[in-house]
Amino acid sequence: MSVAPAEVDLPWSADEVTPEKPWLTIVWNDPINLMSYVTYVFEHVFGYPRPKAEKLMLDVHHKGKAVVASGTREAMERNVEVLHGYGLWATVRQDT
Amino acid sequence: MFRRTKGGGVSAWLSPGEATLLRTLVVPVMELLNDPARPAPPAEPAPGGTATSDDLFADLEKMFNEAAAEPPEAPADPVLARLLPDAYQDDPEAAGEFRKYTESSLREAKKYFAQTLLETLPPKGGRVKLTAEQARDWLRALNDVRLMFGVRLEVTEDFEEQLTSLDPKDPRVAAFQVYGWLGEVQESLVRAIAR
Repeated sequence: MSVAPAEVDLPWSADEVTPEKPWLTIVWNDPINLMSYVTYVFEHVFGYPRPKAEKLMLDVHHKGKAVVASGTREAMERNVEVLHGYGLWATVRQDT
Repeated sequence: MFRRTKGGGVSAWLSPGEATLLRTLVVPVMELLNDPARPAPPAEPAPGGTATSDDLFADLEKMFNEAAAEPPEAPADPVLARLLPDAYQDDPEAAGEFRKYTESSLREAKKYFAQTLLETLPPKGGRVKLTAEQARDWLRALNDVRLMFGVRLEVTEDFEEQLTSLDPKDPRVAAFQVYGWLGEVQESLVRAIAR
């Protein structure tokens, strides 16, 4: 059995209570992966409907990259791990 | 080539040459993915069939040493660097940390996909029948082979133009043709899987 610690005043500062900016999963264009394959991966991994998966694939293709998911850092790192398993070039970063 | 079958699987007919070619292409990817720093554990179980406490302490020690080790950098081989890319673009420290905890399992996963392909490939060609799960392993294994070829050949999005601009005697012509064929196989597999 243990004793509950005495309450102390924690030095919260204003910026510590500011909600964190979300983290992003980014997929980069590459000349090798097939467009149909990338669309399939977005549908299968994220459960996106075909039109959304196709739009993201085209964004990657035409703009060089696209944000394909956002959320916690841990969830985005898991996404990237899965996408690397599929051979997509994916990275994590915090939203700015 | 690939067609959807009842129950969500797919099937295709491969000529003996195609089956041999696939096998020949997948094996080097598996070899590339073997980590020289972490040799595969011996297949023989410990005498008596159970792990000893010495093994347990050795494993724990290894875990702690790995946790304390310097984070690994991206592989120097451009193909491996593409198969096992950095997860953080402008943050080498975060990329190293991520790699430290995930690279080994990513290597194993990719070897597993390649192994599924080898095990379901009829050795002398013929009908290949895959469950939906095996088909996804094939997709990923084929993609890794295409990444290996694509990086080595430095392909661009206009790879067919690259091929036609090569001198017919150029030794890379055959490799470009194989790369194109792999794309057709993968495309037909994607179309068969994705409704």
